[in-house]
Amino acid sequence: MIEIKNIEKSFGGVKILKGVSCVFEAGKTNLIIGQSGSGKTVLLKSLLGIHTPEMGTISFDGRIYSDLSADEKREIRTEIGMLFQGSALFDSMTVSENVGFPLRMFTNDSSAKIQKRVDFVLERVNLVGAHKKLPSEISGGMQKRVAIARAIVNNPKYLFCDEPNSGLDPNTAILIDNLIREITEEYNITTVVNTHDMNSVMEIGDHILFLKNGLKAWEGTKEEIFLTENEAIVEFVYSSELFKKVREAYLKG
Amino acid sequence: MKGLIYKEVDDLIIDSLGIVAFISFFVGGVVSMQTALNLTNSFIPKYLIGYATRQSVILEFAPTFMSIIMAGKMGSFITSSIGSMRVTEQIDALEVMGVNSLNYLVFPKIIALLLYPFLVGIGMFLGITGGYIATVYGGFGNSIDFIDGLQRDFIPFHVVYAFTKTFIFGMLLATIPSFHGFYMKGGALEVGKASTVSFVWTSVTIILLNYIITQLLLTK
Repeated sequence: MIEIKNIEKSFGGVKILKGVSCVFEAGKTNLIIGQSGSGKTVLLKSLLGIHTPEMGTISFDGRIYSDLSADEKREIRTEIGMLFQGSALFDSMTVSENVGFPLRMFTNDSSAKIQKRVDFVLERVNLVGAHKKLPSEISGGMQKRVAIARAIVNNPKYLFCDEPNSGLDPNTAILIDNLIREITEEYNITTVVNTHDMNSVMEIGDHILFLKNGLKAWEGTKEEIFLTENEAIVEFVYSSELFKKVREAYLKG
Repeated sequence: MKGLIYKEVDDLIIDSLGIVAFISFFVGGVVSMQTALNLTNSFIPKYLIGYATRQSVILEFAPTFMSIIMAGKMGSFITSSIGSMRVTEQIDALEVMGVNSLNYLVFPKIIALLLYPFLVGIGMFLGITGGYIATVYGGFGNSIDFIDGLQRDFIPFHVVYAFTKTFIFGMLLATIPSFHGFYMKGGALEVGKASTVSFVWTSVTIILLNYIITQLLLTK
């Protein structure tokens, strides 16, 4: 579980996050949604330790990040898996080497043991037979799956995903969404997904945090999103005709 | 880390052997030809061709001008490869995993460039060889005069001076381009700009340090 309390963060005197508090529970897919500039990425990077908030606390299963020593912070980072928007696979490494990278860096496991684990997670993300290929030789969807495999290879407690569906066709996007949800439930991971994709919201939104102008404007589940009267979230989610009709249909039963 | 160092040695040193050999050989040949063509006075001894080639190649061409060429070749490679990693969030990925990205990316390059004097040594040898072949087979002088010139008034400290500055230039070649790649911001266009800026700054620093080192080590 990750708990954030009153997080504030500014850049160049401009306050981006204005006191956001939330609890992201384990085994659930937690989504952060909001318009561009609402502070989603800053919040995610604060959770990852890339940005340091000026105010507030972030605690990982009770461990307050800002109170930890450098070694303890590094320890937490080894418990984190991250799926970047552009996959961020290492160009010079093969798929197999990319996935095994965290294990080679942080464990003393033998090559055979690492390879066995790599084979297992690649099979888990339905990617068999691509071990020797370079990232440039596989499709965007496959790259995302390799990135997911790399993120879960060392059994992380926390999984962060930044725009996991960007640049993917609808079918592949659903595959990736389902994979994230399955892995979250299977390994009881605390998953936080930063997304713009309303399909993802409807598919995997166990818990949704809606940010507007650096503030928490709404919080709930994908079911509650249909019933809410909160103007900010209604305006954001139902900005397209398709979703307006989906909502109307849902409300009519 | 050992694997990373081997890879950097391969990318930076071994892959530069061809261009270093090619440029050194032909520039050495041209230096000796130019010297020979300017020796119009018959009172000036022919051994001066070998002497001038040796001094030019060992003191300046191999250590300094080869380093400027390498600022273009190795420097651009280092800046663009690290810069591309920055743009595509690969450096963020390393940081999130808890890897010290600066150490992971830059340290192997610094270690690999400890072998840079080896590359310059080859440049010196091939430069002088090119000078010898151009002189003897181009009909500008004979082998005995050229070798006499190579050996005449040889000051071993000049080699120490040349390799001292080569070592320093090697460290500049590893660090300045790495800095420009690691701290760049923006997209693909900025990677190209960072490579250019890194080449300019590496070259300027090499030229300035060359002046200072020469002042410190060779003047009385």
